[in-house]
Amino acid sequence: MEVFLQQLINGISLGSIYALIALGYTMVYGIVQLINFAHGDVYMVGAYLGFFATAILGWPFLPALLLSMVVCAILGMVIEKLAYTPLRNAPRIAALITAIGVSLFLEYGMMLLVTPQVRTFPQVLPEVQYKLLGNLVITNRQIIILVVTIALMLLLQYIVHKTKIGKAMRAVSHDKQAAQLMGINVNKTISATFAIGSALAAAAGVLVGIYYNAINPLMGIMPGLKAFVAAVLGGIGIIPGAMTGGFLLGIVEAMVSGYGKSLYRDPVAFVILIIILIVKPAGLFGKNVREKV
Amino acid sequence: MKKFRFVALLAAMAMLAALVAGCGGGGAKEEKKAADANEIVIGGNFELSGNVATFGTAAANGAQLYFDEVNAAGGVLNKKIKFVNLDNKSDATEAANVATRLITQDKVVAILGATTSGDTLGFIQVATDNKIPVLTSSATNPDVTVDPNTKQVREYVFRACFIDPFQGTVMANFALKDLKAKTAVIYVDNNSPYSKGLAQFFKESFTKQGGKIVGEEAFVPEDQDFKATLTKIKGLNPDVVYCPGYYEQVGKIVKQAREVGITVPFLGGDGWDSPKLAEIAGAQALNNTFFSNHYSSEQDDPNVKAFVEKYKAKYGQVPDSMAALGYDAAVLIVDAIKRSGDGSPEKIKEALKATKDVQAVTGKLSFDENHNPVKGAAILEMKDGKQVYKTYVNP
Repeated sequence: MEVFLQQLINGISLGSIYALIALGYTMVYGIVQLINFAHGDVYMVGAYLGFFATAILGWPFLPALLLSMVVCAILGMVIEKLAYTPLRNAPRIAALITAIGVSLFLEYGMMLLVTPQVRTFPQVLPEVQYKLLGNLVITNRQIIILVVTIALMLLLQYIVHKTKIGKAMRAVSHDKQAAQLMGINVNKTISATFAIGSALAAAAGVLVGIYYNAINPLMGIMPGLKAFVAAVLGGIGIIPGAMTGGFLLGIVEAMVSGYGKSLYRDPVAFVILIIILIVKPAGLFGKNVREKV
Repeated sequence: MKKFRFVALLAAMAMLAALVAGCGGGGAKEEKKAADANEIVIGGNFELSGNVATFGTAAANGAQLYFDEVNAAGGVLNKKIKFVNLDNKSDATEAANVATRLITQDKVVAILGATTSGDTLGFIQVATDNKIPVLTSSATNPDVTVDPNTKQVREYVFRACFIDPFQGTVMANFALKDLKAKTAVIYVDNNSPYSKGLAQFFKESFTKQGGKIVGEEAFVPEDQDFKATLTKIKGLNPDVVYCPGYYEQVGKIVKQAREVGITVPFLGGDGWDSPKLAEIAGAQALNNTFFSNHYSSEQDDPNVKAFVEKYKAKYGQVPDSMAALGYDAAVLIVDAIKRSGDGSPEKIKEALKATKDVQAVTGKLSFDENHNPVKGAAILEMKDGKQVYKTYVNP
């Protein structure tokens, strides 16, 4: 039981990261039907910004987090404007391939800029361990990850459901043409979606940097793929789905590593993706919408 | 990950290079000098630039140091040694070009280098075709001296360092005898033949001597989160954890292991040898961890002490294991030349093969049938983020 709870804690901290990244995937897909494969790399850039803010500027945790989120929000908008807007009416495959191009550009551009060397975060949050119920260990960093994730998710829910831009986002994702006819600025709305999604990925990047203490230019690839699985698991385009999918995937991975074999973890994650696609293609939270022929 | 493996390989090459480096000088001039009856020309094929430049430079410095000593003492076979050291730019193709030049223009009788297994493998074919013996200082991959396809020993290739599998055996002995461990968990980098090789030999040796492997886990280099597996390892309650990876992953693993409450020692190999290790893991978390390495400048051995002093006097820094292996490669080649009688490549090769009990910095060296020196390894302990010499284990 103790081990189970410990693995649950491990899984939830890992899942928070997946969930934060998955949100960006799902929001972008919801609004422009594009799998933004560069999203995992925005997360990496976010981690580096957090590194520069803490290690070089000497900022504490929260300002570093905010700086990274703001800069990545701008980066997200720039990527959208330069790479995706010109292809808005092109076939979807063209945009998808562009996304892969942007992803590679960010990875190797960053490598050129900061060298492939591993960087370590300074100790902005000294580690404190709490013992619960005897042997159960939880660290302050795990708590911070969870708190920041939940706070950001609540904020996102607020933005999407209670603000004007959120209403516009929902309208555009529902029906772009109709939204445009109603006087909604579609371009601005899409930009805002990219900005919010990228800011969330940046937050995940900074949290990971502080939690695991090592970042490199290719760190975004695997978490990016996993978050994609999480988004599909919950139902791509559906925000609560991405959160649930992220946490679920994190917990499943922890349980597989803990009770099965460590190397089965990734195969299991991707087998889940395949099964979901076969059995419930719209994801756990998805409604089956019949496409009009 | 690939980079790490490459670095290790490169390190090996650098050692070899160091040996060769003693011969620095102009090419055309060398050619003439080679014909000069008063000189023996030894080639150096080391990484003096490129991404493992520090390895090659250290190894070449080590070799040059010994050649200078020999020359000051009157040379070998009544001839002075000329060390023609050329830069292979940390590149396997370039290493082949360098070897060709050394052999055809400079007429070397032997080549030292390179420091990594990759660069060394790049030029041994050229050397073998020309029947010129190659002595690498630090290429640890077993394939360097034994062709993996034919299982034949490469006639002209030797090395001054131990090979990867040996480290696993050494750490198993250390765990059993010094740490009194009875159970161990093995945690390997699943994408690295280096890591798996070390683990395999650790396991064989540990179980043969009565130890028990209670769990085997693996990670992939892209992993960030090791906590789930580490929690499982904690539940297995081993006496030690053997984790022969490269410093980046090991750093994260040790850090997270301490976070989930694993307090037992972690053990590893020379892939841990980087200042980054302490940066990533944190000095505190690294306490009670040990790894095997080629040598330690803090070893309480008169040969090591003398070497460290000489090296410091000449280059102004403490020699790392690359420099020590470079020096040893030079020692081995000079010893072989001495016993060859005439200093011809063929005789040198035969003499190298028969190398027995040559006193070098990293131990008393003899070659086994696979051209690998039989020697021990230094075991270092991490104490407050610094490497502290712990013990020396003989094979």
